[in-house]
Amino acid sequence: MSDGLQIPISHRNRLWLYLLCGIVMLLLVAPSLIIIPMSFSDSEFLEFPPPAWSLRWYQRFLESVEWRDAAVVSLKAAIATMCLATPLGTAAAYALHAGQFRFATLVQTILAVPLIIPVILIGIGDFFLYAWLGMNNTIFGLVLAHTVLAIPLVSLTVASGLKSYDMNQEMVARSLGASRLKAFLVITVPQIRFSIVSGALFAFITSFDEAVIALFISGGENSTLTRRMFNALRDQVDPTIASISTFLVCLSILMLLLAQFFGQRRSH
Amino acid sequence: MTAVSLQSAAAPAGLNEDALEAAQRAERNWMMAICSPSLILVGIIIFVPVGWLFWLSLFDAQGALTAGNYLRLLEQPSYFKTLMMTFKVSVIVTVVCLALGYPLAYLLSQLPRRTAGILMISVILPFWTSVLVRTYAWLVILQRRGLVNDWLMSLGIIDEPLQLAHNFTGVIVGMSHVMLPFLVLPLYASMKAIDRDYLRAGLNLGASPTKTFWQVFFPLSLPGLSAGVVLTFVLCLGFFVTPALMGGGNVFMWSMRIEQTSRLYSNWGAASAMGVVLLVLTLGILWAFYKLLGTRNLLARGLR
Amino acid sequence: MKAVDRSPPVTIRGIAKRYGNTTVLHGFDLDVNPGEFVTLLGPSGSGKTTILMILAGFVRPNAGSIKVGEEEIVAMPPHKRNVGMVFQNYALFPHMDVFQNVAFPLRQRGVGAAEIASRVREALGLVQLGEYAERRVDQLSGGQRQRVALARAIVFEPRILLMDEPLSALDKKLRERMQIEIRHLHERLGMTTIYVTHDQREAITMSDRVAVMNAGRIAQLDTPKGLYARPRTRFVAEFIGESNFLPVELDGAAVKFGGQPLRMAETIGPSAPKQWLVIRPEKLSILNGHADPTLNQFQGRVREVVYQGESFICYVTLADGSEISVRNYSRGDALTRLPEAGQPIRLGLSPEDVVLVPEDSVA
Repeated sequence: MSDGLQIPISHRNRLWLYLLCGIVMLLLVAPSLIIIPMSFSDSEFLEFPPPAWSLRWYQRFLESVEWRDAAVVSLKAAIATMCLATPLGTAAAYALHAGQFRFATLVQTILAVPLIIPVILIGIGDFFLYAWLGMNNTIFGLVLAHTVLAIPLVSLTVASGLKSYDMNQEMVARSLGASRLKAFLVITVPQIRFSIVSGALFAFITSFDEAVIALFISGGENSTLTRRMFNALRDQVDPTIASISTFLVCLSILMLLLAQFFGQRRSH
Repeated sequence: MTAVSLQSAAAPAGLNEDALEAAQRAERNWMMAICSPSLILVGIIIFVPVGWLFWLSLFDAQGALTAGNYLRLLEQPSYFKTLMMTFKVSVIVTVVCLALGYPLAYLLSQLPRRTAGILMISVILPFWTSVLVRTYAWLVILQRRGLVNDWLMSLGIIDEPLQLAHNFTGVIVGMSHVMLPFLVLPLYASMKAIDRDYLRAGLNLGASPTKTFWQVFFPLSLPGLSAGVVLTFVLCLGFFVTPALMGGGNVFMWSMRIEQTSRLYSNWGAASAMGVVLLVLTLGILWAFYKLLGTRNLLARGLR
Repeated sequence: MKAVDRSPPVTIRGIAKRYGNTTVLHGFDLDVNPGEFVTLLGPSGSGKTTILMILAGFVRPNAGSIKVGEEEIVAMPPHKRNVGMVFQNYALFPHMDVFQNVAFPLRQRGVGAAEIASRVREALGLVQLGEYAERRVDQLSGGQRQRVALARAIVFEPRILLMDEPLSALDKKLRERMQIEIRHLHERLGMTTIYVTHDQREAITMSDRVAVMNAGRIAQLDTPKGLYARPRTRFVAEFIGESNFLPVELDGAAVKFGGQPLRMAETIGPSAPKQWLVIRPEKLSILNGHADPTLNQFQGRVREVVYQGESFICYVTLADGSEISVRNYSRGDALTRLPEAGQPIRLGLSPEDVVLVPEDSVA
């Protein structure tokens, strides 16, 4: 039973606030969304509204071997990252939540490090490491690096899901004869599956969108989409990138909608 | 049964104590074990390379131990200029995000759950969109023949297109767009935790809505606010993609210089030294904030 | 602090509140006399907290009038109403210490620093927290916070005082002590007070009058004694204290239970045909041998006896199958010779204790 704002301040007095926030929210989403119609513009300068519509930038993207290969590389890396980071992140979140062990704070700090260290340092550092290991320009190396970036995000997502989950259910299952692992897989996972799925989607999109590390350690045949985009943008504003950007934005929106969809169905 | 002294020295201190201790240890070890793959990965991908960078920074091009890489940073004035530019950009972006983000977080925290959830998408969507795409979008919007200039010209407000991209302004706009969610989200979370009753009490005790905001709500929002500000600032310091693409050669940030030094000049010693400086700055600021938060913790605890 | 000797009456008329399709309050009326302590008592969802929120100005009613003295305040914003309020969770400002919290309303009114200091200390003294002015809020116990909230609510000498279940977060013993302390404070200050609680014992202990609320309406407005001894509806009888209900029939002018007419002290004549006899368990006496012929008597068999320390409760099945409970307190040898399960028993009820309520609807 909520009376709207719950505090009797009239909407009239707050008009300036609504206006300002409306503008800010618009500025937040508009750039990403405006790319979509602009990518169908016929002219090199991507006018809006486009005087003529065409699919030429999409054609250029799909006809180019390099762009297609890059897209495939990004996709492969993202899927692999998702598959690797999700179980690892979930395990870490579970251990931190359920176990009482001395080094919990230390583990939490270590897992937060990828979020704190400037990404550029990870980029050049890994470049060195991989150069020594001969792993530069491999998808495997890329996946490892992206997994490290994604694990804290998965862990945070799953941890928040665990917070609203009653751990006693697992203990009940164990008292009824299930082993700890079995109890986790059969009782807990189905109930926190929405958080896990959200975490997985987050891992996927983190890897797909990642630009800085990929710039250093993915190259040649295994360049990611983002690396090619960055290099192309450095030279000039190539309108082909508009079509690729549209594709990326739609992918982001899709992932976000899926995550919201799964997140809403959380049972309390 | 004879009375048994609780401190009997001959008997074991408790029943099954060793077995229970062993079980406890086994449980702890299991928990560590399932964390370890993550920890190992983080170790390999982050700690080892960063450590290596630190190591590299101590050697010159010929492989001799030297402090030259660091000394150069102090001696050559261009480094200081780059650092100043980095700070300047970071401060301005943080201030812009604060000015735009605080009202937004405030409004979202006062709205009913469902409405706030829907509007929140405007903050979360950028989060899930690649930095590259967002920077590109701003480039296209702000460029000489882009959206903004076209509209301003067609409305007759200006005759010549404004230089909005590939310069300082473009970098500020682009980076603010990227950083805003980082400030809004923690701020929103902390504002949401402020009990409505505090505001009601303020009003009831005679403070007008404006006074209640400044005397009750704002002080209580400060912990979340400072967390958001510090996070934003620290992220700005190390930021690469947007300034690299929007700077147009006029804006040179520390991270760009690291990339240039390593990529173009292959001067790994210098690049690593710069990287270490960035790392020390980042961690230093976070640590200082953490220390400050210690005294603030009383306030945060009081919110519960 | 001088006693607010001209504390105004509060006149509430026709307060209605709807949320969408749900009506929370149906035309609520209440007159509170000057200096009176009135409690709104009811289960959750009865609307009692909504009334308080409307009085404080945090919720706008759909219709109605609220007058404090002669002044109409129903449309006034909350910060201008000058009413003292104690919140359920105290709402003490965590970023201020005790002194600053209590001084807050005085600062808003532009009171000078010296006067603030003396009035704050006086208010804290009234709640026995004089030494605590420098403490931070998180250093206080629940009971202490409650008293600081009280001090803050009265320091600016409001015309009326509102309290929203202020004791619900405290443990039993502390709650009972605070009930008496609040009562004393009320006697000392004489402020018109409106108190909200779901605890019927608390309402009966503290109030001059109690309005029992159910589903947005007042079921009965009466003194505590009146509510206890003469409930007017089944809801009130069930909500206040313990009660048994026995079905009775009207036969002309007589009221019968199990075929036998009841002796009543007054001819209560409710019009509805179906009535319930309300019997408080402690009003029944266990009869041995010859009994006072003026008592109403009931025959039955003991089903179960439960010893509860200061009293025992006896569950009896009467001749017609109704279940009834009897509570006897320790007096003489009453507790050393408890009845046994299965034994026949005779219960007596004085005519003064016969109370009838109609088949339920909100009065």
